[in-house]
Amino acid sequence: MKCLFDFLGMLLGGALFGYGLAYSGMVSPEVVLRFLTLQDFGLMLVMGGAVAVTVVVYQLAPRWLKRPVLAEGFEKRVTPLDRNTLVGAALFGVGWGLSGVCPGPAIAGLGGGNLKLLWALVGIFAGAYLQGLWASRANKR
Amino acid sequence: MLQFLFPSGWAPFLMGGLLIGVGVSLMFICFGRVVGMSSFFSSTLSWASGLPYFQQPSLRGTRVWRLWCALGLVLGVLAWQLWQGPGSALSTDVSAERLLIGGLFVGFGARMSNGCTSGHGICGLSSLSGPSALAVLIFMGVAMITANAMVWFTGVRP
Repeated sequence: MKCLFDFLGMLLGGALFGYGLAYSGMVSPEVVLRFLTLQDFGLMLVMGGAVAVTVVVYQLAPRWLKRPVLAEGFEKRVTPLDRNTLVGAALFGVGWGLSGVCPGPAIAGLGGGNLKLLWALVGIFAGAYLQGLWASRANKR
Repeated sequence: MLQFLFPSGWAPFLMGGLLIGVGVSLMFICFGRVVGMSSFFSSTLSWASGLPYFQQPSLRGTRVWRLWCALGLVLGVLAWQLWQGPGSALSTDVSAERLLIGGLFVGFGARMSNGCTSGHGICGLSSLSGPSALAVLIFMGVAMITANAMVWFTGVRP
């Protein structure tokens, strides 16, 4: 039963996310690139709208609810201020500016039949694998 | 001013953003999960690679529900496509090389930074995280420089 709720809940959460990505047009690399080349600032509204909802829930849900509806506790996201966070963000920026694709839309875009995005998907998997290799080497030293 | 900032309208962008927020919030209220999308790639690699890095609990232990979420993403776009979409498959004029090489940087960078547009952008900012806000400023700035440099090099405006 727990598995079924897990499946349905995450599927629905992901589907709302994907529907929003399509509704806003962010699944299209062109829309992203028009934002990045300062021709259309609509993407600020996508992030702004998403944060406006999420910040309220992230801040208030742990205060108002003892625990999540179907789990034991609320996760807290902690990001360290270190070299990896900052250099990684810069590398990610290079890729985002080149392709107009970030992880969410790379996955979601396939649902719109944009099979060309498979190139980006393969690239992201390869990049994530190389990062795993690199992190393993760095740990050994 | 509105016309200058948003030449193709503002409502669909805002509406799409709100829907994304509802999806992310739902996963938090139901499961307490803070869900960014880049982790999906590393957690899914835990099926293919025995490397200890990919087998760490934060990736291996989350790989099943991250897969369901990714499946949801695909179905969400499919649903939009069927109800309100253009009736033909989406496509892009960005070249395969740019998608592939850009993807490499996106995958490496987002995982190194432990966050992407959704991880640092939506989840990080909503967690009121200073380092995530800094990461957002950095990747947006670098992406703008890169995208404009590509226009300059190729002469093609997206």
